Amino acid sequence: MASRLVALWDWFDARMPSVAEEWRKHAAEYYAPKNFNFWYYFGSLALLVLVIQIVSGIFLTMSYKPDASLAFGSVEYIMRDVPGGWLIRYIHSTGASAFFIVVYLHMFRALLYGSYRQPRELVWIFGVLIYLSLMGEAFFGYLLPWGQMSYWGAQVIVNLFGTVPFIGPDLALWIRGDYVISDATLNRFFAFHVIAIPLVLLGLVAAHILALHDVGSNNPDGIEIKKKKGPDGHPLDGIPFHPYYTVKDIVGAVVFLAIFCLVMFFTPEMGGYFLEYNNFIPADPLKTPQHIAPVWYFTPYYTILRAVPPLFNSQFPGVLAMGVATLILFFLPWLDRCPVKSIRYRGAYYKTALALFVVVFLVLGYLGTEPTTVWGQFGFDAFFLDTKDIATWAGRLCTVLYFLFFILMPWYTAIDKCKPEPERVT
Amino acid sequence: MRPVLLLVLLAPLLAWGAAVSYRLDRSPHDPRDLVSLQAGTRTFVNYCLNCHGAQYMRYNRLVDIGLTEAQVRDNLILTGDKVGDTMKVALGAKEGKAWFGVAPPDLSVVARSRGADWLYTYLRTFYRDPKTWTGWNNAVFENAAMPHVLWTLQGQRFYDKEKHAWTQLSPGAQSTVEYDATVRDLVNFLVYVGEPNASSRRTIGIVVLFVLGVIFIFAYALKKEYWKDVH
Repeated sequence: MASRLVALWDWFDARMPSVAEEWRKHAAEYYAPKNFNFWYYFGSLALLVLVIQIVSGIFLTMSYKPDASLAFGSVEYIMRDVPGGWLIRYIHSTGASAFFIVVYLHMFRALLYGSYRQPRELVWIFGVLIYLSLMGEAFFGYLLPWGQMSYWGAQVIVNLFGTVPFIGPDLALWIRGDYVISDATLNRFFAFHVIAIPLVLLGLVAAHILALHDVGSNNPDGIEIKKKKGPDGHPLDGIPFHPYYTVKDIVGAVVFLAIFCLVMFFTPEMGGYFLEYNNFIPADPLKTPQHIAPVWYFTPYYTILRAVPPLFNSQFPGVLAMGVATLILFFLPWLDRCPVKSIRYRGAYYKTALALFVVVFLVLGYLGTEPTTVWGQFGFDAFFLDTKDIATWAGRLCTVLYFLFFILMPWYTAIDKCKPEPERVT
Repeated sequence: MRPVLLLVLLAPLLAWGAAVSYRLDRSPHDPRDLVSLQAGTRTFVNYCLNCHGAQYMRYNRLVDIGLTEAQVRDNLILTGDKVGDTMKVALGAKEGKAWFGVAPPDLSVVARSRGADWLYTYLRTFYRDPKTWTGWNNAVFENAAMPHVLWTLQGQRFYDKEKHAWTQLSPGAQSTVEYDATVRDLVNFLVYVGEPNASSRRTIGIVVLFVLGVIFIFAYALKKEYWKDVH
């Protein structure tokens, strides 16, 4: 039997040797630094969530109806009458939030260890493109359950495009395919969600991994393992990705799945953050909810949008700020002037800036889930107070700090007192 | 810098007590209590289903809560529906709008949007109010379009908004304790209808987590074995 299998493999290999070649290149002979820590699980976990979302998504499309009069009911049909449907739906809804959690932690890892720095700029750029596509994917997908939050969230976001000077209203009309969010919008968002954006995502993920494997992985010490090679030509501090990191990532995947299942089976709404309570009310174009909040993963940018005051009665400055807040990520490799990459050898300035940035990002995220009145109002009046809502001003402060993290980076990373990097990984 | 940060951190405390709304009671419903679920089903069919549907809930699904199909057919289906049909309402959306100003919403997932505590409090806080055209108002949901459908059970009450004080104007068929239990059972039913799979979801979850725990032991041992030679 075994010899038959070997013979079959030889037959295959003789006709298509590139399979074995790619396996060697990306797994068996891809040398990864041996000192990966906790933060290095999230790349493979992101890939795992991508697969989970694609597979569960395929099963959802088998019963979902992209029709304004049927969509809400078809989701409830999946939840009740389709065997195992509730599980597939919860896998997909929990997976959406899990995707962002994993990606945010993956990006934070890059900030910790300077993974975006030369020579990995392209890896980072492809990564940011994945992040932006993921936001698009999540936005299009969120309309599909056709609940109140789906509907009004989409209304708000499409209206953002309407604030662009001159072309705005036509642009919004073009995106919606109607004057309001309607059946036409639902159909096209369905097309974007199930095929267009997933294709883009898969291409970008491939580019992200290819670019990474060309230059090699960074590590928690932020030094290049390729500089020190053994007599066999392999990095002294490198180990083959397979089997070492495949077996290690399996452990990470199991722990991740346990946390995933804990949420999915016991609190799939996650207190209204993963599945918003108002989204269990069918979309009603005539009834605007009092408080429209996007899903948690968009809320930092939503706060930035709300923080910027309108100019000439136009919300465009806020939209612009929100756009710049995401696009500025592309420039990170060139904003960082520190001679070392890893936080382990950086000075107090970067450490403080990064810690503050994390706090600011979390506060922005929290504020975006709440109405601007959540922290009450200032008890005094002043000419410069266009609004007395404390939360709006806190959002403004955080918005400024968010941008300062990037804008001041060339300065504080250049003057930071760095420690010497080690010769070999520790 | 410091005072501003301090202000940001303290702001939530300042906002405390700013919002004035009726304090919700904690719903004491128990999804494992089948007797309560069955009583809630009865209340729902007799009092709610005339105007509100549960159009995603099938009658024969009620075998989940310990009823037989025959019991469902004989006692709970008051229309000409078949046992495999969903709990639709005879009242059309148009008539509903004409009679109440707003079509009575479908209640299939109302417990998931409003929450059990809201429903439990709402159904117990109707009061007489001559200013509304139904003659009823609600302490949780001001100017609710729905009149107090369960008033024969609870009796008529008056609510003094300023003093937050309740007065019983006329007794109902049930005592306060009995009425609270009726509402608890009804809410229990609505929570169940919101997600009929909820109990099997939790059961399966425990099994899946156990299996993952076992896989973890093997995965971790495998990793340890492979990594022995890495220093």
